[in-house]
Amino acid sequence: MSQTLMNTKLDQFRSKLTPSKVKIDQTLLDHADAYLSGREFPTTRDEFWKYTRLTKISNLEINVNDSIIQSIPEEAIIHPNAQKIVFENGVFRKDLSDDILQVQGVQFSEKGSSSFTFQEDVFYALNCKYSTDAITIDIESKTILKDPIHLILISSGDGSVSMPRIVINAAKFSESEFIVSTHNVNSQNCLSNVVIEADVQENAKLTINKIQNEKSSNFSVFNERVDQALNSCFTINTLTLNGSWIRNNVRVNVNGQNAETHLLGAYVTNENQHVDNHTLIDHLAPNCQSNELYKGVLDGKSTGVFNGKVFVRKDAQKINAFQSNGNVLLSDDATINSKPELEIYADDVKCSHGSTTGQLDEDAVYYLRTRGLSEKSARHLLVTAFIGDVLEKIEDEHVVKYAENALSMRYGWSF
Amino acid sequence: MKTLINIKDLHASINGKEILKGLNLEVKPGEIHAIMGPNGAGKSTLASVLAGREEYEITEGSVDFDGKDLLELSTEDRAREGLFLAFQYPVEIPGVSNVNFLRTALNEIREYNGQEQISAKDFMALVREKSALVELDSKLASRSVNEGFSGGEKKRNEIFQMAMLQPKLAILDETDSGLDIDALRIVANGVNKLKTPENGAIVITHYQRLLDYIVPDFVHVLYDGKIVKSGPKELALELEEKGYDWIKEELEKAH
Amino acid sequence: MKKQSYTENELAKDLENQEYKFGFVTNIESDKAPKGLNEDIIRFISAKKNEPEWLLEHRLKAFEIWKTMTEPEWAHVEYVKPDFQDITYYSAPKQKKKYESWDDVDPELKETMSKLGISMEEQQRLTGVAVDFVMDSVSVATSFKEKLKELGIIFCSFSDAVQEHPELVKKYMGSVVPMTDNFYAALNSAVFSDGSFCYIPKGVKCPMELSTYFRINEGGTGQFERTLVVADEGSYVSYLEGCTAPQRDENQLHAAVVELVALENAEIKYSTVQNWYPGDKEGKGGVYNFVTKRGICERNSKISWTQVETGSAITWKYPSCILKGDNSIGEFYSVAVTNNYQQADTGTKMIHLGKNTRSTIISKGISAGKSQNSYRGLVQIHKNADNARNFSQCDSLLMTDECGAHTFPYIECKNSTAKIEHEATTSKIGEDQIFYCLQRGISEEKAIGLIVNGYCKDVLNQLPMEFAVEAQKLLTISLEGSVG
Repeated sequence: MSQTLMNTKLDQFRSKLTPSKVKIDQTLLDHADAYLSGREFPTTRDEFWKYTRLTKISNLEINVNDSIIQSIPEEAIIHPNAQKIVFENGVFRKDLSDDILQVQGVQFSEKGSSSFTFQEDVFYALNCKYSTDAITIDIESKTILKDPIHLILISSGDGSVSMPRIVINAAKFSESEFIVSTHNVNSQNCLSNVVIEADVQENAKLTINKIQNEKSSNFSVFNERVDQALNSCFTINTLTLNGSWIRNNVRVNVNGQNAETHLLGAYVTNENQHVDNHTLIDHLAPNCQSNELYKGVLDGKSTGVFNGKVFVRKDAQKINAFQSNGNVLLSDDATINSKPELEIYADDVKCSHGSTTGQLDEDAVYYLRTRGLSEKSARHLLVTAFIGDVLEKIEDEHVVKYAENALSMRYGWSF
Repeated sequence: MKTLINIKDLHASINGKEILKGLNLEVKPGEIHAIMGPNGAGKSTLASVLAGREEYEITEGSVDFDGKDLLELSTEDRAREGLFLAFQYPVEIPGVSNVNFLRTALNEIREYNGQEQISAKDFMALVREKSALVELDSKLASRSVNEGFSGGEKKRNEIFQMAMLQPKLAILDETDSGLDIDALRIVANGVNKLKTPENGAIVITHYQRLLDYIVPDFVHVLYDGKIVKSGPKELALELEEKGYDWIKEELEKAH
Repeated sequence: MKKQSYTENELAKDLENQEYKFGFVTNIESDKAPKGLNEDIIRFISAKKNEPEWLLEHRLKAFEIWKTMTEPEWAHVEYVKPDFQDITYYSAPKQKKKYESWDDVDPELKETMSKLGISMEEQQRLTGVAVDFVMDSVSVATSFKEKLKELGIIFCSFSDAVQEHPELVKKYMGSVVPMTDNFYAALNSAVFSDGSFCYIPKGVKCPMELSTYFRINEGGTGQFERTLVVADEGSYVSYLEGCTAPQRDENQLHAAVVELVALENAEIKYSTVQNWYPGDKEGKGGVYNFVTKRGICERNSKISWTQVETGSAITWKYPSCILKGDNSIGEFYSVAVTNNYQQADTGTKMIHLGKNTRSTIISKGISAGKSQNSYRGLVQIHKNADNARNFSQCDSLLMTDECGAHTFPYIECKNSTAKIEHEATTSKIGEDQIFYCLQRGISEEKAIGLIVNGYCKDVLNQLPMEFAVEAQKLLTISLEGSVG
């Protein structure tokens, strides 16, 4: 059955976008075309989007804006020694970026091909079809990076759409850290639709520290896809410090044995913020372990969503998978929807998940007040401790410091 | 005189690594044997192998248990023949009461030996009698097996079970570990009271302390998978005083 | 060297060979409706039952709604969808008259019951349970009616209630599960055959457990039971529902609706042991169990669901509580065992609307064979539900490497004073525990029985005594193997 263009909201949305000039794999493009054709934006009847509405995105006024930033904004500096790669509205700003080819053991190219096959997801498909720019970073085998590589993603202007595609190949025995952060400069109603694909090869160690700190009415969708090989170790820390509408999809396929996977997340929301974290750890190989800890503090009229899924496939024996989600609601108008899921098809496993939602421990507040703290500082202290539980597990102290400062500035907390 | 257990040239390995390397030991009725040795010598492996843990592969040797080939028996049949292991780390079984657990065990052992099931009344009388022996609160008998028990309670529960099942041979695997002096005394008293001219015990321990309370007839030193020295109870004191290094040196000299 | 131990895989093999223990058929001629579903059939059912006009209209309206609906597909189960035109929607045992006394009951029926080990005489004598025995959709024996009558308790078949207490039926039927609720609830509302009705008047504590044994009998007969329990202010009732079904080759559809109404200060305890035919070891046959069970709690009231589910090929069942009144309490205790090709997707919904409402969820899943066992639950705290509390514990035990255990909890919270705790674990049956039992002389089979019963204890403890014994037997039967 043929569908005429402009039939669906998604078609209308697509008609405002510019097809990508970025070279990506043709089959991926074909898949994306087929997937998008005649499709509608998912609704809340779709399990994957049960708690997040896409109406505002489908109604966005889209503009193509010129680059305006002259230098990296100060607030985008997180790590003093990091190699910085800057994107503005999804376009690589070579002029503002460090030349990371100078770093030993690192290869850099403006290409977007990866080993990943198509992911059935409307935003992934849009990113394939309308990618604004793409880069590939290869960490060569046995390279141990001293300083992180920092991908700075900046939105500017009104209604800009960024669809950068970032490919990371962490070769055997390499060790590297990436920082990915989002910021905005005089922008509103922008959409960032980011795809990061990371191939973590045998015995490689890769850490991604993701910081979301946009202070405007922008929309962000992140699709991170990770493949892990034998003996590899992958960590992704997602810190959502600000931003009005955010959806994160982290999908990790653990293909090799003895691999370790760590997912940490913290989200602190207020006003009308909407933050949705979806994670999937797919254990396809035996003898692996995964740890996941996401914590959220929700104030104002904000909404948080946590959907963490752990898959243990048949024959993936001896898996230890631990997942935990904790939430504190500070306001009666805040909402949290938490859905920790386990799908287990192997028998010799130890999997558990836990989810707690509540307010701050009133007994603890009282106790602190008897020790002379004001109620306000008692609450601050407890919230800080709650989120600090996630932050203290992050190795990069600059990342932790940045997050603590941002939260202090926004909420007056002191860590 | 007949032997209770006769272990000859026992070799056992786990994951391809040999732990027992030709162990010999003979226990006669009425005897208590202490096995001492440094960490990693193979003490707990010996207990596990005799009880029938599947992870261990027996590559050589034989074990005669009261006229039967022990190694040919399943774990539960070894228990039914009268071999009892007091575990170093007794496992918790949530939701299964001690009483229910023991009644099932006792009745299966009786069935195996062609005896009738024990009546509920007799069973409860036995529970009361034997729990007093190890000063175990009778309330613990109705709690889930080892669940929420303190370390001392777990060990006392092991001896209580031993008293209930009346085995021919009891193997006490590091029963003294983690016990304070009172608990140690209670456990040892229990063991002593259960001693008869017909049964025997192998007491595995790292420290001499327990042997002040359970006086062994023989002390063996297990080192690198073999019994390298045997002697009377005084050997334990010597070991306590000098440690295990002198044994090592002695062995090296001999080679 | 001899490998002495019986492994779980071997156990699993033995489990596969377990034939359904209660697989026999009672031969009573049926007074059947022709196969298929249309307005005429609905009129036939309604006429057959001599129903008032309003109920016929209710059925027809539900049928209209059902026609616009599609079968739900979100559950983690796979099956061949029933052909709704190939089902007989009405069949009744031929006896015209109602039994005045137990002696009048067809001896064959009695035998059926004694084969099931639920001899009514014995139950009456020993436990004082009043049994309403539903066989192929029509209630054929009711006992203890007199005693209950003295207290003003109504416990009768749904059809009798329609005739004798139409005002109560009209008031409460569909008030908890509206006909629009879901596909199977709509279907049930259109074609329900019979079921049970229970009303406990104000302030009355029902002195005995009320019990209904359902039994699917006629091959190809869909069962569309309807149960309504109303506990008036300050009353208490404990209601038992137990099910066994004869062995059949074709799938049998069961789409029941159970509605509980707990008015202020009332308490309802609803316990189920379900052991319908699960299909053979190849996964052929077996009952499709698509049930809607829900209760509503007014102020200070409590509803407690306890279920032990071992049967059915497909189970799709979420006994739920709407905690509407302040201080009301909802509980859900569940054991679900799946074996061979069984698939269960079961759990609960706790909807917290009132202040200080509390809910507890304890779910124990055991998967064996090639089965799939899912927990699916929703805890929803609404904006005004201040100080709501929920605790959920969902554990899964895996017996083989070919089965699956899944947990899908939904937690939705819109109130900052709520406290919600959810914990779930999935693990293999403990090898250390089995070894410990073996070392004490207990056979592996018995060891697994002990461990599994211990694992389910928190749930089994919630059942009334005599039911708990039956449930334990069931668990042991479904996990029994013949050790060589």
